[in-house]
Amino acid sequence: MYQAISPYVPVLILILLAVLFGVVTLLIAWLVRPNAPYSEKLSPYECGVEPLQPGKLRMSIRFFVIVLLFLLFDVEAVFMYPWAVMYKPLGWWGFIEMALFVIILFVGYIYAWLKGALEWE
Amino acid sequence: MSYTEIFFYIFAVLSILFALLTVTRRNAVHAAICLLLTFFFIACNYVLLEAEFLAAVQVLVYAGGVVGLMLYVIMLVRKDEADEVRQSLGQRVIAVFIAILFVLEIAFISLLAYYGNYSGFLSSKMAQIGGNTESIGAVLYTYFLLPFEVVSVLLLAALVGAVVLAKNRIER
Repeated sequence: MYQAISPYVPVLILILLAVLFGVVTLLIAWLVRPNAPYSEKLSPYECGVEPLQPGKLRMSIRFFVIVLLFLLFDVEAVFMYPWAVMYKPLGWWGFIEMALFVIILFVGYIYAWLKGALEWE
Repeated sequence: MSYTEIFFYIFAVLSILFALLTVTRRNAVHAAICLLLTFFFIACNYVLLEAEFLAAVQVLVYAGGVVGLMLYVIMLVRKDEADEVRQSLGQRVIAVFIAILFVLEIAFISLLAYYGNYSGFLSSKMAQIGGNTESIGAVLYTYFLLPFEVVSVLLLAALVGAVVLAKNRIER
């Protein structure tokens, strides 16, 4: 008998397959490979050159502006989602509202641009 | 037990497990990754509750943006300095007090929803329009127009603040 399933079941199957792919590959490699480590073998691989400095460097503050810009426009995209779903019933009035919303944020984007926050010299 | 219930318990246990891992890991990057998984399993539970919009926000903003920002902040801190900082702030009493407040709040809301028939603003209208995201769109751009536009001003303020804060350090 036919039974309706949730549209999210394929998503679940995809995620499970993705996780299993990684886990099973690592498991098989762990079972098959020989285990004979020594210090050179365990050192980080840097294109054959000996490692010069620790792997953890401090990131530049410039990335902070980029990450925050991403987060803000991420939130903007979230507000567009229910608007896009209700686009037809809201009509022109809805379009004007969203245009106003985007213009206010665009002013901020231009400000960041003019201030040189996006520059990399 | 229905399938929904089974999946609810799986996702609930996993989200609590990763939340516990988040607060117990010493390595900050590991904690951030555990937080990412916590957000993801909470989003799974939102999907089970048919709150698709909330699930999308959870994945887009929290799992995508906020954890990205946290990972960035972790990378901004110098490793040798971070290792010397004491891990506990000795705020156990305050933490327990706030946790109890949260539990009471959740219990209060659950009791209201269960006995008081407080199923939220506009639930009957929601049934007519059909669909969670649609009903949010229907009220957000009509009844709550002013708060919606104020949000964009708030985001603008955050953007300008970030540029001003970072700019001084770039020029130095």
